[in-house]
Amino acid sequence: MWAMVAKEFRQLRRDRRTVAMMIVLPVVLLVVFGYAANFDVHDIPTVVVGPGARQAAASLRPPFHVTDVAPAAGEAAAQSKLQDGKAVVAVVTGGTGVQVLMDGTQLFSVETAEGALAKLSASTRAAGLPGAGRAGGSWVRQQILYNPKLTTSWVMVPGLAGLILVFVGTLITSLGVVRERQTGTLEQLAVMPLRARDVIAGKIAPYLMVAAVDLTAIVLIGMGLFGVPFTGNVATFALGAGLFLLVTLGMGVLISTVSQNQGQAIQLAFMIMLPQVLLSGLIFPVTSMAAGVRWISYVLPLTYFIQISRGVMLKATPISALGQPLGLLALLAVVVLGLAIFRFRRDLAPSGRRSRDAKPRDRGSEAVAA
Amino acid sequence: MTWGLENVRVGFGHRIALDGVTVPAGPASVTVVVGGDGAGKSTCLKTLVGLVRPQAGSVRRPAKERIGYVPATAGLYADLTVQQNLDFSASAYRLPAGQRGQREQQLLERTGLAGVRRRLGGQLSGGMQRKLAVALALLHAPDLLVLDEPTTGVDPVSRAELWRLISAAAAQGTAVVVATTYVNEAARAASVVLLEAGKALASGSPDAILRGVPGVVGTAAHRGGGGRPDPLSWRRGVGWRVWAPDGELPAGVERAAPDFDDAVVVAELAAKAGR
Repeated sequence: MWAMVAKEFRQLRRDRRTVAMMIVLPVVLLVVFGYAANFDVHDIPTVVVGPGARQAAASLRPPFHVTDVAPAAGEAAAQSKLQDGKAVVAVVTGGTGVQVLMDGTQLFSVETAEGALAKLSASTRAAGLPGAGRAGGSWVRQQILYNPKLTTSWVMVPGLAGLILVFVGTLITSLGVVRERQTGTLEQLAVMPLRARDVIAGKIAPYLMVAAVDLTAIVLIGMGLFGVPFTGNVATFALGAGLFLLVTLGMGVLISTVSQNQGQAIQLAFMIMLPQVLLSGLIFPVTSMAAGVRWISYVLPLTYFIQISRGVMLKATPISALGQPLGLLALLAVVVLGLAIFRFRRDLAPSGRRSRDAKPRDRGSEAVAA
Repeated sequence: MTWGLENVRVGFGHRIALDGVTVPAGPASVTVVVGGDGAGKSTCLKTLVGLVRPQAGSVRRPAKERIGYVPATAGLYADLTVQQNLDFSASAYRLPAGQRGQREQQLLERTGLAGVRRRLGGQLSGGMQRKLAVALALLHAPDLLVLDEPTTGVDPVSRAELWRLISAAAAQGTAVVVATTYVNEAARAASVVLLEAGKALASGSPDAILRGVPGVVGTAAHRGGGGRPDPLSWRRGVGWRVWAPDGELPAGVERAAPDFDDAVVVAELAAKAGR
């Protein structure tokens, strides 16, 4: 048995990545996810509108975080703030009483807000503040928009669609490219009269098409099985999805360029996919994460795709309000794809370094005759 | 010399892989690069097709469209059928649609693969895979055909078929460069480069290499015949061969005309002695 144990340890020592996965990763994951995994909401972006806006804003205590007070604005303006994701709660004063609108796509924020409102109404009633004690009922009318029953699947399906695409895009693409390297066919492609960009585009395009079909299927099935609404613009969704797919496939290619075999590619792909599950806002609200790990969320493409897909599908958020996530996805796409193409091109280019001390006249010459 | 390497040096990091190697590749002729594992054969061929950049010396090769290359590893897609492999190569080399069918049929018949068009590349036997790889490299009738150990691990019948294919290509004007570990395959080439540790120990036609064997070679029935030290004798068939660099064979050792196998061994012994 000792012969086996010794051999196994020797092999493990050669495979640094596996050792890293076994020792370093669990520690990092525990620390990161420990700080990220937080259902408690301490900060609910709130807008207050209507004639009594200033007074109402003054009576709001944390977790409500008043970001905007607009006495001149009305319900429509408040609603568009929620639709655009600028606020989770909108307090509309004036008319017959106070109305509180909440964005039902933010499950945990809304649940926290409901609890806080109940406490607030009790205390305001006791203090005899204006609007309190009307007909002995609640001083406010609460209304949850976009997801009135706070159905979990409505919020999860748009995000899960993205997560599934991360799996398909990153893993399958990296495996497809690394297979060419492992079997030696990549070398042959480099000798064939194909331009590097044709090889790269030809390698990525099929996966892009498959992933697009995949996404359509997932969204349709989500709508059919879970009754998830699709209220927004399909083209806006398609734009966001397209950019997101480019980032995901780019990551797949990038992984393949630093992996020698399929095993390594799978390991790396998982290291990239795992954080996206927990840090993208799919499960835990990004705003509730400790600041030290929250920045990781902001470099993950899934974070932005979830903002776009939830916004478009559930809230009919217009493209004008999605400029930030769309722009950042585009930026990520350029950076990741650019890096992937740069590294992939190097695989297709001749290897072997010119010696550092070689004089210019000493350099090798290559003549290609027609 | 139309194509080929001239005084090429290749280095990877601090390691010199090729040191002043010249490999001619003339049209309608076969050049064989022979040497043991790690001698630099693959690096030689990769430099010739442009996969590796030389540090010094010059490389001449036709444009990519006119090169056919089979690497030592695969040369085909294991998860595509024989026909799909042909289709891919044909379109990558932009073979006109009108020529495809006839050319494919011709190559498949010559390689004996006509009956397995629908079989997956990975399900072919080792010999069939190598034949398909060479057929794929020949599909566009290249000016320069570069084959990295096409016959290693292949049974004798398939080896003969592969060599028939290679010779036919040369007969039609293609310049062929083949790397091999089998010395006997070098004997039939127009030109041979004997590679060892990145250096060319000998090169030229097999006849020229034979004529250039230094000293004399003899045969002995027993090991170390005539008290000759072991390092200069080697087993050959049932007997032994002995090399006398100074031309004086020990008593009891009969002088023999060296063949190509002997020439290769002597070249290696001479290189070791010179070091």
